[in-house]
Amino acid sequence: MSLTHKTAAELGALIASGEVSAVEVAQAHLDRIAAVEPQVNAFLHVDAETTLEQARTVDARRAAGERLGPLAGVPIAHKDVFTTADMPTTAGSKILEGWRPPYDATVTRRLREAGLVILGKTNLDEFAMGSSTENSAYGPTRNPWDLSRIPGGSSGGSSAAVAAYEAPLSTGTDTGGSIRQPAAVTGIVGMKPTYGGSSRYGLIAFASSLDTPGPFARNVMDAALLQEAFSGHDPLDSTSIDAPVPSVVEAARQGDVAGLRIGVVKEFGGEGYQPGVLARFHETVELLESLGAKVVEVSCPSFTVALPAYYLIAPSECSSNLARFDAMRYGLRVGDDGTRSAEDVMALTRAAGFGPEVKRRIILGTYALSSGYYDAYYGQAQKVRTLIARDFEAAFGQVDVLVSPTTPTTAFPIGERADDPMAMYLADLCTIPANMAGNAAISVPCGLADEDGLPVGLQIMAPVLGDDRCYRVAAAVENALESRWGGALLSKAPAL
Amino acid sequence: MSAITRDEVAHLARLSRLALADEELDHFAAQLDVIIGAVARVAEVAADDIPPSSHALPLTNVYRPDEVRPGLTPEQALAGAPAVEDDRFRVPRILGEEA
Repeated sequence: MSLTHKTAAELGALIASGEVSAVEVAQAHLDRIAAVEPQVNAFLHVDAETTLEQARTVDARRAAGERLGPLAGVPIAHKDVFTTADMPTTAGSKILEGWRPPYDATVTRRLREAGLVILGKTNLDEFAMGSSTENSAYGPTRNPWDLSRIPGGSSGGSSAAVAAYEAPLSTGTDTGGSIRQPAAVTGIVGMKPTYGGSSRYGLIAFASSLDTPGPFARNVMDAALLQEAFSGHDPLDSTSIDAPVPSVVEAARQGDVAGLRIGVVKEFGGEGYQPGVLARFHETVELLESLGAKVVEVSCPSFTVALPAYYLIAPSECSSNLARFDAMRYGLRVGDDGTRSAEDVMALTRAAGFGPEVKRRIILGTYALSSGYYDAYYGQAQKVRTLIARDFEAAFGQVDVLVSPTTPTTAFPIGERADDPMAMYLADLCTIPANMAGNAAISVPCGLADEDGLPVGLQIMAPVLGDDRCYRVAAAVENALESRWGGALLSKAPAL
Repeated sequence: MSAITRDEVAHLARLSRLALADEELDHFAAQLDVIIGAVARVAEVAADDIPPSSHALPLTNVYRPDEVRPGLTPEQALAGAPAVEDDRFRVPRILGEEA
């Protein structure tokens, strides 16, 4: 099997034993990127020399007798919303075109410390706002299963890179579903850790109370290894949790659900859901029962208003966060002809540098925070947020994890929802509650929809700091389904 | 009745420092009307006695010791600036005086 089709754990072991060098592994992935990027467009920036230099450093550290972690030398694709001092960082926006950050994000720094080799920066919806990667200022990424369809979003470059074997691992950020939904529609694993479990330092902010970095991988164990590599308390992030967390790698190894109580969220399913998605979901719930889990239906009534509350809270926070793009200190500046005021230059720059979805959300957020509307919109949304957290609390009094489809449909065609914001927003219907309450949640492949032969994801939600439960259940599902399928779901994808 | 008028969108765009073209305003006004109509559903929830949550974690202010630490050099801080003069950010005029 070629190096690009191995798991991250396998690659780490091969490099550790000296059977292959980190440079050879990096080169194999650079070759794959060169071969498939014209079709997929997962990356915004690839620089072979910087990549190979990182790989040479790992090989030299090992040759010098240094003990390195399980992912040392393994290549990774890095979402272009994390700052990288040696590569441009654009957040998918024209307003940051060509910008080189003066420092590394904490996640970036921890990837380097673990010896991961960064292949490049991946495409995303501008400032991580979207569910299809069509909102990137640099063109859409295509789904490796069907190049006419979206790879999900906002972390669509990261999901496509892993699904197209351009990288065994990638990073993402999840504000309303931006890791889990792309993972679901490309047939891979994507995890939103507990809010505060992974650092936001150096992550270009969209909605600070929701943004959560997390891993993508082609299997549950690789995702756990990556999460463990970059997570943990960071004094540079004031919302970082300073508490011991159970090992997610150990949980992924266990992968057993015997005696576990699993709740099916009553509010998710039915109208608006694709039949093939629901069929795979219900089969997987039956599978979990056959593996010894106790399955019950659980009602979380406020989940039905999570989406509207999210589309008040997230735009409100974004309208404030994106005020920093003022054309003064970094990034684009247009219209500065010596006659215009700073305010006019600012308004012209922001109009030229932001795309339509970002502008819509800034205006919506400014509206929701306006005096006179604040209580009815932002204030009321914050109360709904409390109710969602209470629903979770009550549910986790009865069950250990909650499950639902990750997203109501499979990957939709590029362009289908591009000018219909409300239709686009529905892609995050099932993923938003976990962001609102800060819970851990994962998406794991559970089959192909009959209608279109495209991947379906199972979402597993756990309490705050219960990340290990997500991995434990996801690993059980993966083991059982892969033995049924005779391999990973991704092996059924057409060759590129 | 529409949830938001074109004039209101124009006002919000000014507050947001977005110099939108007329056709953009038309387009956004129609779309935002639909979006606001949909998000207004939060009002259906009876929540008078529910405390608001701004955040998922029960954290209040987190401080670090107030110690002098190295920061960015002027060169690093100015490296991405659109315009620089005398080791400072050069900006368009800020006050209303004649240019």
